[in-house]
Amino acid sequence: MEIGTLRLKVGLAEMLKGGVIMDVTTAEQAKIAEDAGAVAVMALERVPADIRAQGGVARMASVRRIKEIMAAVTIPVMAKCRIGHFAEAQILEALGVDYIDESEVLTPADEQHHVDKFAFKVPFVCGARDLGEALRRIGEGAAMIRTKGEAGSGNIVEAVRHMRKVTGHIKRLTTLGPEELMHEAKELGAPYELVRWAAQHGRVPVPNFAAGGIATPADASLMMQLGAEAVFVGSGIFKSSDPERRAKAIVQATTHYKDPDVLARVSEELGEGEAMRGIDTSKLAEEELLQTRGW
Amino acid sequence: MRIGVLALQGDFALHAEALRRVGVEAVEVRKPAELEAVDGLIIPGGESTTLLKLMEAWGFVPALEKFHAQGRPIFGTCAGLIVLAREVLNPPQFSLGLIDVTVERNAYGRQRESFETEGEAALGREPVPIKMVFIRAPRIRRVGPAVTPLAGHRGECVMAREGSVLAAAFHPELTDDPAVHRYFAGMVEAAHPC
Repeated sequence: MEIGTLRLKVGLAEMLKGGVIMDVTTAEQAKIAEDAGAVAVMALERVPADIRAQGGVARMASVRRIKEIMAAVTIPVMAKCRIGHFAEAQILEALGVDYIDESEVLTPADEQHHVDKFAFKVPFVCGARDLGEALRRIGEGAAMIRTKGEAGSGNIVEAVRHMRKVTGHIKRLTTLGPEELMHEAKELGAPYELVRWAAQHGRVPVPNFAAGGIATPADASLMMQLGAEAVFVGSGIFKSSDPERRAKAIVQATTHYKDPDVLARVSEELGEGEAMRGIDTSKLAEEELLQTRGW
Repeated sequence: MRIGVLALQGDFALHAEALRRVGVEAVEVRKPAELEAVDGLIIPGGESTTLLKLMEAWGFVPALEKFHAQGRPIFGTCAGLIVLAREVLNPPQFSLGLIDVTVERNAYGRQRESFETEGEAALGREPVPIKMVFIRAPRIRRVGPAVTPLAGHRGECVMAREGSVLAAAFHPELTDDPAVHRYFAGMVEAAHPC
């Protein structure tokens, strides 16, 4: 009998496909998310929009908060640790969290190194802006990749850019000859074996989800149609005017992402409910971006 | 012969791949009307609470009861087993009740306790070795008298069949071992010779 294998880590991500993972900060929100059909919740101290507004150092959520959320729901509970903060990750593993997000949304703890994710039995998800970053994280043991997007912005443009970059680059890899792949690995700054695998199979070696800026059912459908296999919704739900209804609508939109009639209906059911306000990410200064964190 | 894979949420794409590997045409099913075109159905792994909500929203409960009453085979893995079971514990929740077993959700533990192992399955005249991958898996706590256990782990039933319904607590679709999908394809073939 084996535990903590890559197959088991990737396997849980497979089970989350076609689903919506929702950011929650309290047990009550976790319950609302579960009742709305979330496949998992992400336990946080503050949602990204508040981290952005309030500033300060953003750390792993408090242990008490995470335990309350774990006790409130039967679906998997994820939690974030700071980039490179393997001690936070060790605590999350000890708590029995089901997935760890080594996340740029929190303030990085290490300016060069990410966590050695092979050292853990609990699987990790990491954000990526392009294929090189995705393959570096997988090389370190990540069992799921998500776009970084721009968390807390309510603006889908960054997640779209990141997803298109990854899928576009993979398409290009499949057209290259074997002799071209080493140069490609060098340019990408990614492990050669993983570059070769992606070129042969025409996809990222682990499940590839979307995150960062999803605020509407249409946003979820857009990311799924661009190749995401599931979506994370951070501030988009609990920063909207009617979280429960919006959560349900995004769940339906993620399943029926290819069906415009269903998308129109679930969007209509939102009525006058407003999506989170959102920000124009092109107006953000470089140092205000969360996506540039990670190496 | 065509086998549908319920594609509301979960690892439906892996089941479709596994079916294609044993030479069966696989079709994704997202609406009850799409059940008309298939001879059997797989309910995949995923989150059972999410699956149930999506099934209820789209009228899948009566549609699957009808599908079952017509004798068309159904195979559920993990969340699919939970959805098919007669009774669900931890917490008690609605299920279709198409196979007479009681299952307890997440009863092997959280993700860090998820495990893979090898075992034997009674899929033919001789038991065959199979790989079993358990992910936050449900545990079969009771097996009804009309149910045939097909595989075990540490003395407990982990795969069972009652008539046209097959269910497993583990994920054959996460391995490259086609034995279980081949067995289910045989059930569908026998129910609908064409």
